[in-house]
Amino acid sequence: MSQQNLESLDVGAIRDEFPILEREFDGQQVVYLDNAATTQTPDPVVDAMSDYYRESNANIHRGIHHLSQEASILYEEAHDRVAEFINADGREEVIFTKNTTESENLVAYAWGLNELGPGDRVVLTEMEHHASLVTWQQIGEKTGADVEYIRIDDDGRLDMDHARELIDDDTAILSAVHVSNTLGTVNPVSELTDLAHEHGALSFIDGAQAVPNRPVDVEAIDADFYAFSGHKMAGPTGIGVLYGKQHLLEEMEPYLYGGGMIRKVTYEESTWGDLPWKFEPGTPQIAEAVGLEAAIDWLEDIGMERIQAHEEEIARYAYEQLESEEDVEIYGPEPGPDRGGLVSFNVEGVHAHDLASIMNDHTIAVRAGDHCTQPLHDKLGVPASTRASFYVYNTREEVDKLVAALDDARQLFA
Amino acid sequence: MGLGSDMYRQQILDHYKNPRNYGELEDPTFTHIGENPMCGDEIRMDVKLGDDEETIEHVAFKGDGCAISQASASMLSKELRGKTLEELQEMNRDDVIDMLGVDISPMRVKCAVLAEKVAQDGAEIYQGELDVEKTTTED
Repeated sequence: MSQQNLESLDVGAIRDEFPILEREFDGQQVVYLDNAATTQTPDPVVDAMSDYYRESNANIHRGIHHLSQEASILYEEAHDRVAEFINADGREEVIFTKNTTESENLVAYAWGLNELGPGDRVVLTEMEHHASLVTWQQIGEKTGADVEYIRIDDDGRLDMDHARELIDDDTAILSAVHVSNTLGTVNPVSELTDLAHEHGALSFIDGAQAVPNRPVDVEAIDADFYAFSGHKMAGPTGIGVLYGKQHLLEEMEPYLYGGGMIRKVTYEESTWGDLPWKFEPGTPQIAEAVGLEAAIDWLEDIGMERIQAHEEEIARYAYEQLESEEDVEIYGPEPGPDRGGLVSFNVEGVHAHDLASIMNDHTIAVRAGDHCTQPLHDKLGVPASTRASFYVYNTREEVDKLVAALDDARQLFA
Repeated sequence: MGLGSDMYRQQILDHYKNPRNYGELEDPTFTHIGENPMCGDEIRMDVKLGDDEETIEHVAFKGDGCAISQASASMLSKELRGKTLEELQEMNRDDVIDMLGVDISPMRVKCAVLAEKVAQDGAEIYQGELDVEKTTTED
């Protein structure tokens, strides 16, 4: 099935929309394999944003003039487009933030700080990104709530027995990554959410590594909150999304205060505006919202299933190529339905940073470090790893270049 | 480019693979540790001062990390011998990069200067001018 999809995906034509992929350093064309950090931006998205600035730019909401009306409609409709994309009920459930991290903080502060106290439990996973791990750790310290982590097994999958043990009637919220940015594991987020709901807890799913490369349906998952970032899905930096169920968002106090989010203000008190504007004070990221909408259009034109199939196929190829090298250790589950499009690994005797520097000599862009999952790396027993992460424009030839460059590292460090 | 990588000249690789003064001193005047949290590089520096309590007589280091951080510590352990604490404090990142003798890409400078910072902070703690448990390179 995926083979057929793959054949119909014209990577050459897709790459034509990314002039940055033609860039050369020292006469070598860039091989961009750092997509889990940020993806490149296709021309239609850049054009949509520059068209906005050239033709429609104005501040939104309160303007009576034509341009402000136009900008307001563009900004508001971007919420509708996102809602449609992830199958939310409507714009009331879609809040624009700066990124996934801010989405996580919004819920942690607006809900967690007010609702949690000693005796409450927050359940995370051992593969959480610092975006949720550090945030809930802080909320735990401030409120006295206890923070627990669902263990991962040797293959890098969640230990669901441990999840069932941890998620109990004291649990107030579960926060889990949909796809791990380090292990590539695709977590059973629907099952986790059901577990949380059975115990009256809320579920927050960090979809930063999932929404860019697979169909996501928040209603099917039944998550109470779901977050992702524009810049990891062919969109611009500076915009992220927090999806939340409307009744929860209505009950929540605002996280940031200011203009644009109020209904009525006197010197004594203020009341809040409607959703989602209650959570979007100040002049928001209007051009970025336009860019995000264009990115969604662009992705859906290709088709999320096809993007997923392509990414999984490149990741599987990379996994197999790297696995056949004796001195390479790969982290996370084997290729399959529960592995996403990235491969983190180490080469014996070569520190990840040295490896990334040597890759850079070949103009191959990979990431080395702890990928904002420091405790997970402690558990894996390595200070750092090198991560190659793929997107819709990557090819097998680029994976071959990555594997070939390993020889240089071996020669230098042997 | 390939093996022409400017950062991994023979001298760096030699110090990485055969670190000088690796280990611990028996009776160091001061010991300090530091880390580069981004990379997970760790360095422990032992310094033994002479009778004048100013001149560095011996240096040893232990560590774990990338080639740049470990080679830098190895080279620094040689370089510091005979220097005064004042001269140590006067060292800056340019001196370290000169010592390494290669171009260090901007993202790797923190790896290069870790050992120098650990030695400097260790000396300041010894002199009562600083109070930190562990040195970390700032982001």
